[in-house]
Parts: sequence; C-alpha cells; structure tokens
Amino acid sequence: MSFLYTPDSVAAGTTPAVSLFEITKHFGRFAALRGVNADFAPGKLYVILGENGAGKSTLLRIIAGLMEPTRGEVRVLGTKKLREVAMRVGYMAHAPLLYDELDAMENLRYFAGLYGIKDDAMCATALLRVGLDPSLKRRVGQYSQGMRQRASLARAILHDPELLLLDEPFSNVDVTSAKDMASLLGAMRDQGKTIFVVTHQAPVMQPVCDECIVIAGGRLTTREKGIPRHLLSPYAAEARR
Amino acid sequence: MKAPGTFAVSRSTLAKDLRLEWRSKDAINSMLFFALLVVVVFSFAFDPTAEESRKIAGGLVWVAVLFAAVVALNQTWARELRNNVLDAYRVSPAPANAMFLSKVIGSFIFVTILEVLMTPLFVMFYNLRSIGPLWELAIVGLLATWALVVNGTFFAAMSIRTRSREIMLPLILFPISIPAILAMVWATTQILTGEYSPWFWIQLLAVYDVVFTTVCLVLFEIVLNAE
Amino acid sequence: MKLKLTFFALVTLGLLSYALYMALVVAPTEATMGDVQRIFYYHVPSAWMAFLCFFINAIASIWYLAKRSQTADAIAVSAAEVGVVFCTIVLLTGPIWARPVWGIWWTWDARLTSTLVLWLIYIAYLILRRFSTSGRAPVLAATLAVFGFFDVPFVYLSIRIFRTQHPQPVIAGGEGSGLDPTMAKAFLWNMIAFTFYGLLVMWMRYRLELAERSIEEAHAEKALQEGA
Repeated sequence: MSFLYTPDSVAAGTTPAVSLFEITKHFGRFAALRGVNADFAPGKLYVILGENGAGKSTLLRIIAGLMEPTRGEVRVLGTKKLREVAMRVGYMAHAPLLYDELDAMENLRYFAGLYGIKDDAMCATALLRVGLDPSLKRRVGQYSQGMRQRASLARAILHDPELLLLDEPFSNVDVTSAKDMASLLGAMRDQGKTIFVVTHQAPVMQPVCDECIVIAGGRLTTREKGIPRHLLSPYAAEARR
Repeated sequence: MKAPGTFAVSRSTLAKDLRLEWRSKDAINSMLFFALLVVVVFSFAFDPTAEESRKIAGGLVWVAVLFAAVVALNQTWARELRNNVLDAYRVSPAPANAMFLSKVIGSFIFVTILEVLMTPLFVMFYNLRSIGPLWELAIVGLLATWALVVNGTFFAAMSIRTRSREIMLPLILFPISIPAILAMVWATTQILTGEYSPWFWIQLLAVYDVVFTTVCLVLFEIVLNAE
Repeated sequence: MKLKLTFFALVTLGLLSYALYMALVVAPTEATMGDVQRIFYYHVPSAWMAFLCFFINAIASIWYLAKRSQTADAIAVSAAEVGVVFCTIVLLTGPIWARPVWGIWWTWDARLTSTLVLWLIYIAYLILRRFSTSGRAPVLAATLAVFGFFDVPFVYLSIRIFRTQHPQPVIAGGEGSGLDPTMAKAFLWNMIAFTFYGLLVMWMRYRLELAERSIEEAHAEKALQEGA
C-alpha cells in the first residue's frame, strides 16, 4: 500500500496542517474509524460533529499522536513523525488533564516545564486569556466545571501552539464559559492558528467555525463551510444519518 | 523554545510528585501503617533466639519490605491516570524516560522511608545485633531498594494497560526479582551473622541494578505509548 | 504446507515410537536407581525443549519489538505456550524421580531453580497476554520476555555461587557423567525425538494462531465494509 498524499483540496503551495490518508482504527473486531481521508488547510477552525461512538475522539487522539492508527498515515504540520512537532501542538480533552491537588499556576508551571518554558509570565498570560485569575490559590479539584475547562484550555495554549486539538471542551460547562472559550478560539484562529474542535454543542461554535465535518460510523460523511442549519441542534448529527 | 532535557523534566516531575504526596497525606499514612502491620504479623509468626534471629532476619525484613513496596508501587501511576493527566504528558515533547526516572526516584524515597520505619521495629522485636558493620547494610539497602523499585515502577506502568492491575504488578515483579531478592537476603544475612563476606552478593546486586535500569530505560517509551 | 506438516508429523511419530522403544526396552536398567531412572529419558529432553522454546520466544520477542512483525508475535506466543508445557513436565518429573532415588522431593540447586523461575516468568507472560487489551498484549508481553531473557543468567549465577557457600549433594549429576553406551544411544534418540515433537507442536500452534488472526482480520474487514 502506498501512502502518497495528494494535496488537491488545499491551495497550491501550502502544506496542509493535518493530512489524513486512509485512517483506519480497529479495537478488536470493532472498527472505530474506516478509511478517513482528508486534508485540512492551516489557519482555519474546524468543528467535528457526530454521534457518540462515531470515532471523533479516536480521530483526534490519532492526530495528537496518542494513538496509532491500525492502517493509514497521518501527517501533522508536514511530518509523519508526530513527536517532532509536539512542541507546536496543543491538546485538550473532556477530562481536565490537570492535577486536582495543585492550583492553576502550579499546574501550568509544571506543564510549561514540559515544553521547556521556564518563566511564569506565559502561564499567567494563558490564565488571563481564558478569564481566570493567576493569583487564585484554590486547588483545581475544587473548581467548577467551567473554571476547570478554562484552566485545561489554558494548559493547552500556554506554549502558543500552531495546532490546537480540543475534544469536547464544553462538556458540562456553563453557557458563559463556553461562549468565552469559543470567542477566544476564534481570536486565535484569526492569529493564524489551526484549530479542531470536537463538540456536541454546534451552536456555541457557529459564530467562529470555518468548516464543519461530520463523522458517522467511523467515516467522514459531510464537509461543509460553516455549520449548516440542519446540524445546529445539539444532537442533530445523530438524528440524521 | 527548545524541547526540555531529561534531567530538567525529571526534577520538575519529582518536585511535583512530592508536593502532591504532601498535599494528600492519606495515601502515605495508610501505607506507613500497613508496613507496621506487616512487621508485627511477621514477628508473631516467628519466635527465634538471638542467635537464630540473626540468621532469619535478613529474609524476614526483605520479604516484609517487598510486600510493603508492592502496595506503594501500585500507587505510583494512579495519580497520572486520574483526570487522564498522563495524556497531557505524552502529548508534550518531554522525553518519556524523564517521567520514568522521576517515578523511580520518588518510589525509591518512599520505600526507603518505609524501610527506615520497619527496620528499627524488627531490631526491637528480634533483639537484633549485627556482627558486621552497619555501613555495609546501608549499601545493601540502597542497591536492593533500587533493584525493587526500578523494575517495580516499570511493571507498574505495564500493568496500567491491563485488567486486574493491582495483581499484575507482583505477578510480574516477583519472578524477575528472584535473583535480586536472593542477593539482598543473603548479603544482609552474611553481614548480620558475620559468617561470610557479603561482597559477592553486593556486586551481583550492583550489576543487576545496572543491567535492569538500562533495560527499563530502553523499553519504557514503548510501554508508555502502548495504546 | 499441510503436506509438509503431515510428513513432519509422521516422521516425528516414527522417531517418538523408536525412542520410546529404546528408552523402555533396549536401554539397560540402571544399577543403583532401578527402572525409575528411565524418567531421565523424558526429564532431560523436556528440559532441553523448554529452554529451546523459551529461547525462541526471546528472539521472536526482540524481533517483534524491533519490527512489529505479526509473524514474530505469533511465533513468540506459540513458543511460550509449548515451552510452559515442557517446563511443567520437567518440574513434575524431577520430583517424581528424585523422591524414590534420593529421598527428597526438591532441592534448590542452580538448574532446578532456574527452571522454576523460567516457568514462573512465562506463566506471568501468558497471564499478561490474556489480561491485556487486545492491541497492547504483544508489545507488553514481548517486553516481559526481554526482561526474562536478561534475568535468567542472574538466576543461574546467583544460585551457583550460593551453592558454593552452602553446598549440598547435587542430584542427577551431569548428563555426560559416565553414561553406559546403550543408554547414551537411547538418550540421544529421545533428545532428537523430543526436539521434533516440540517443533511439531509449536508449528501446529503457530498455524492455529495464524488462523485465529486471519479470522479476526476478516471480522475487522467486514466491520470496515459495513454501513458503506
């Protein structure tokens, strides 16, 4: 099987931010992803919709380098060796990915160290951008869900990544926090970042979305500009096949 | 921004772990108490004379430490699994071995604390007096603890990818550790009884430590990313 | 392939029958131990096969870790299972032989202890395979096999030296220690027969493993096509 990628859907001369070729993932006999093919241009905000179990999280984990596909090839920021671009990628999941017993700055300071960042300024900036107070000493485990997801987003963006992968960032989050996070993502996209958001809450992302993709039954079934009407209701993608 | 070096990340991860342990003291307290109980139960099982006790103490102490250490090792990765924090580490450019080293050193410190607690109790219950010098016992202690902890941390990481993870760790650790256990028990006994020189066993432990630390460092990344 | 296997099986059957005849009928009864000594013709070849299987497993595991080849993993698991069976035979026949002859069930000598530790490591290997979720089992098990590979020399060495400090009578002193020529012939035939037998069973297990994997793949392909 040859894995040459053909940059046809991307403007000539630009490397796609993410390039998927025949991405397939099996868990035992269950096929979570069935031959997903797509190229994604940089500098856009992509919203990924789909029912539970459709394969969205799996796809995001594969792009993030946390999981290997059973078959197929993924290229991120132009390379197959995902470890090499880890510095330029940020990942957020619906689990907080933070230590409950530390406060926000302590958490961020630690994760900043993993990216070779030694000064606190970037951590404080990240927290301010998501609307949290860097001087708050409360342990993250005691945060509300909205605050926790904001802190998790701060962790994902603190090293100023070019590519941001967010898996259900708004789950159980209050409306204000969700809207704030969405507009922050839009602002980041305007600065040239490439952003992927997997979510069930299409309306929140609608103002800032460039393209939306629907994953159903492990396949990429729809790809459109913005979020079309019929996909706007939260679970519309599931109701429709 | 450059990708961080192994040493820097190990240090920050270790500091983070120590801080986390300090803030959630319940885990430590229950393990310390468990170690105490192990010593007491063993002491009830055997009632030797002073002469006999020198011959069996080596085995008793190390088996007791082994059981207490398994309880501690099972906790090593528990915190990284809560909230899926391990994903955040794996996604970052930080080297896998940095986390491994910090976990090993963290467990090493913790098991040493357990030993420092358990040994005086054994000495008391068995009226132990060592014929050989104590500094030799200290060397054995350090090498032996490292042997248990380096493999234990590795296998604990393996076991997080399995069902029944608590039982998986001792299942894998005990067979592989048999030469090290033999060495640590006999080195200790040799020093306590003063019968033979413990140096062959100490050298064996040292070589064992070097070989298996290398194997662990080479293979850890594979195991960490096995998903 | 089926033809080769059948042929190999027939050859093995022939060898085993001849070796059985040699061991039970032709070989003379041992002077001091009596007929019980004939266990020797099964105990030692089983030990040899067990070590050979585990060695094959170690090599296959290293190959798997380097190349992620499915063939390597299939060989590894076949070798491990067959090795455990032979190892169990060794650990059972040893005491059966030792008790009437030397009066003791067990002794912690280098060879016996190494065999026991190998057995423990590979039982752990098989349990690890069973308890890991499907995709991860080969990698984790191969890693454990590498640990085992480095561990066994330590086991052997440590017990050898232990026994120089705490000596005790060695049972079943060395194969070559003054074996009657007819006995040596019987022994050799059994070694060859067991080698063929062990390889035959491993080959069959390997084919079974490949068959199981292709069934899984077929299911996976089918799942892939569904809802197209």
